[in-house]
Amino acid sequence: MTTRKTETPKTAATDNFKIPYYPGCTLKTTAKNFENSAIAAARALGIELMEIPRWNCCGTVFSLTHDDLIHHVASVRNFIRVQEMNDYGLVKNENRLVTLCAMCFNTLKSTNLRVKKNAEDLKKINDLMYREEDYTGKVEVLHFLELLKSLGFEKIRGRVKKPLKGLKIAPYYGCMILRPQEIGIDDPEDPTIQRDLLLSLGADSVDTPYKRVCCGSYQTVKEKAIVAELAYDILSHARKEGAEAMATVCPLCAFNLDHRQKEVKASHSDFEEMPVFYVTQLMAIAFGLENESYGFDQNYVDPRPLLASKSLIKQQGS
Amino acid sequence: MIKKVELTPENDRFINKVNELSGEVVTLCEQCGTCSGGCPLVSEMDITPSQWMRLAQLGLKEVLDYKAVWVCASCFTCTVRCPRKIDVSKVAEALRQIILRKAIDYIDLKAIPKEELACLPQIALVSACRKFTG
Repeated sequence: MTTRKTETPKTAATDNFKIPYYPGCTLKTTAKNFENSAIAAARALGIELMEIPRWNCCGTVFSLTHDDLIHHVASVRNFIRVQEMNDYGLVKNENRLVTLCAMCFNTLKSTNLRVKKNAEDLKKINDLMYREEDYTGKVEVLHFLELLKSLGFEKIRGRVKKPLKGLKIAPYYGCMILRPQEIGIDDPEDPTIQRDLLLSLGADSVDTPYKRVCCGSYQTVKEKAIVAELAYDILSHARKEGAEAMATVCPLCAFNLDHRQKEVKASHSDFEEMPVFYVTQLMAIAFGLENESYGFDQNYVDPRPLLASKSLIKQQGS
Repeated sequence: MIKKVELTPENDRFINKVNELSGEVVTLCEQCGTCSGGCPLVSEMDITPSQWMRLAQLGLKEVLDYKAVWVCASCFTCTVRCPRKIDVSKVAEALRQIILRKAIDYIDLKAIPKEELACLPQIALVSACRKFTG
């Protein structure tokens, strides 16, 4: 193994640079539209999201118990893969790992922080994976939104070919990119990063206090009625504030807010359906990318009639 | 309601167990109620987060008989708001783990209809298994 060099400067070249990308399981299945639209949008901005070879499940939720190291092994193994990407020259001195899925982001970043703070924990985990090279603690976990922010929203505005004029979107943040505070990428009570992105795409951003209220997360498996109630509050408040759709970066929030509208309709006769986008789908439209990257057939509430009404897509097809 | 609580070494052992699993110090809670006030799921709970904190800091094992910590979605709203900087989500996790480590599962995947299993994202299933099975 070659020796590893120091971390990449934050001011790395923005033109066509390659960065390790961690997809996670859901981006390959129910959130394929999130992955496709993000990869295409990133490419349009000169960023190549390089899928980490042999990535494995991050564990989805960060283990909150103090004595439970085994549940952090999966995340750390992915950091070793990033080291290998540098060793094998797949990326050049790029120790940043980018995620799209908010849950993966939270789990990976929380684990990284724990092992960086606790040398003894890291040693135990490294010893357990004795067949792997050691994780040296150099990886930095980033969410895609942070990468866009570091690129500059003005640059994104410059890439827009079809401004999302007149489209009223309420950004929804959920929990995993905001909390706990040392993990969050924005103000946990009043986040603005998605608003800034939406404005740069030419859309109207609608603010609602429910933007950081939990959607119910994994309770959707056993207690979908609880999730439907939360989704009703979140969506109907956005509607009341004038939003026509919501935007998110979490595949579980997207499922709970979009697919669970079936349950919401069953329990609330006054409820009006609302499309829920991945913010990257909106980027793909605004950048004028080809239709295949949108993936609207995976959205539960079809956003195409709304987009067609704003002349952002043609009436027929995607 | 006034209730007389006699603290015994048994209560201390329980407090220590919760502290050990969570990495927090439950006795630091001053019962201000901020966690309960901001909890998005409190309306579905049988006791509030501040109540489970109170029961835990007294070392009362009856805290394990309530459903509340199983309704918690680990959204960390209480964690970012606690003026005593207690990670209440970690205390909830510790209380769940005391049960789960006896190999008592809270969720039965076989009870979930097949069509639901087919449409649920993996992150929903994996996280539910991580949170609700031992």
